[in-house]
Amino acid sequence: MLIKRGPNGIDLPYASEITPRHVFESRRRFVQQLALGTIAGGALLEMATREAFAQGAQKLAAKPNPAFVVMDKPTSYKDATTYNNFYEFGTDKSDPARYAGSLKPRPWTIAIEGEVNKPMTLDLDSLMKLAPLEERIYRLRCVEGWSMVVPWVGFSLSELIKKVEPTGNAKFVEFVTLADKAQMPGLSSPVLKWPYVEGLRMDEANHPLTLLTVGMYGEVLPNQNGAPVRIVVPWKYGFKSAKSIVKIRFTSSQPKTAWNVSAPSEYGFYSNVNPDVDHPRWSQASERRIGEDGLFAKKRKTLMFNGYNEVASLYTGMDLKKQF
Amino acid sequence: MATALASLDARQLKLLKGVLFIAACLPFLRLVIFTFTDQLGANPVEFITRNTGDWTLYFLCITLAVTPLRRFTGWNWLVRLRRMLGLFAFFYASLHFLTFLWFDHFFDVAEMLKDVVKRPFITVGFGAFLLLIPLAATSTNAMIKRLGGKRWQLLHRLIYLIAPLGILHYWWMKAGKNDFSQPILFGLIVAALLLLRLYWRFMQGQGVRARAAG
Repeated sequence: MLIKRGPNGIDLPYASEITPRHVFESRRRFVQQLALGTIAGGALLEMATREAFAQGAQKLAAKPNPAFVVMDKPTSYKDATTYNNFYEFGTDKSDPARYAGSLKPRPWTIAIEGEVNKPMTLDLDSLMKLAPLEERIYRLRCVEGWSMVVPWVGFSLSELIKKVEPTGNAKFVEFVTLADKAQMPGLSSPVLKWPYVEGLRMDEANHPLTLLTVGMYGEVLPNQNGAPVRIVVPWKYGFKSAKSIVKIRFTSSQPKTAWNVSAPSEYGFYSNVNPDVDHPRWSQASERRIGEDGLFAKKRKTLMFNGYNEVASLYTGMDLKKQF
Repeated sequence: MATALASLDARQLKLLKGVLFIAACLPFLRLVIFTFTDQLGANPVEFITRNTGDWTLYFLCITLAVTPLRRFTGWNWLVRLRRMLGLFAFFYASLHFLTFLWFDHFFDVAEMLKDVVKRPFITVGFGAFLLLIPLAATSTNAMIKRLGGKRWQLLHRLIYLIAPLGILHYWWMKAGKNDFSQPILFGLIVAALLLLRLYWRFMQGQGVRARAAG
């Protein structure tokens, strides 16, 4: 596929070293305006706040892992941080960027419990020291028929799983998102049963692709993208990748996941990206890549498992049309 | 003021129609400007689809509000604006449909029809759009004459079916994401506008019966 493999892959720059386009453009405009001598107070203020915004995020040192890099063009930082589904902040895709400022990603603790020999509660710093941070560029396919390409920062969830030593009864992993009305205005509307719960089968959770994620684009996660810690499961529809996680629970029975509870005929527990299983409201055969497939470019074909065929062996013997 | 509004002369009506026409074009102009200044956001097709759908529903509601408003205020000239409002509902519905046919299916009519048949919310929306076509086609004075006022009026009562279908289309679309606040609001507005008509009809019937009995 399009996935770059092998330890001696090309030498990729750290995403944090690339000047984000909007910063570059705003600097350029600043210089142009200076040259024209037309800077009014308002314009100056706007430039200043933009620069502050761009430099406000904390950089993360992460080594690109060439084994997990797709060659697709990464989505612009602006699109990836202003077009989000995060219902805890509202149902419109511009809501999370607008309202997630009230989320306090620090201090943060995450409880790991259930069927494990070593349950623990970790703060963010100890969590981030569990394993070296890697940068991985994954495709992200939303169940709504659009997709992005995002450079994430994190490490395989399996690193954490090893540390807590699951018992023989642990068959599933459940992720629980924060549900605090004071920080999340969207919780006041009953669109879903709060807190948001997602889950994976143990073998899915242990797959090296499953990424415990703390950053994107070389910086800590913006609030609207699930700060401070989320999961990223690139071969499943985006809603499977729970955001702002406060609890990881190992269970013997299949977790009752949010969208599956809300509409079981539309959202299955597995929700693997599958062009042959349509959502009742829209086709899943194709997708619109944000920033590329615009008005006049045709949509692209959706790939089985979002192109991550290495996970196919997890599902041998299963009828994925029935267990969607 | 009240008397000035109660009746308009031909010149005033013409002016009002001109202003209304320009105002009703503004949402379309905004879309055009946004398209060429890259302001449609991360997913331009979604933006255009939703925006034209919203404006179709707004104009359907406004059109349906003309008769009740006229009865409440006694401003009979309001009815002279109704055709234009209805045609703008059709205009935005056509843009909505064109977005679907063009940017979602790139004029692959067979693929589009498959989508229409397979997905109930599209079936309903497509049906509502088809039903709007004869109304738009018979909106001229000549057509009213040709059909005769009674038959024309009967045909145009289709709007009482089209508006609820439009809302059902929106409702089912939003159902996928469990987000009903907007469809409920539209539903209540259209329900109120239609129930008023039923109520008036009922009262009229009572009046006739009372007179017959007397």
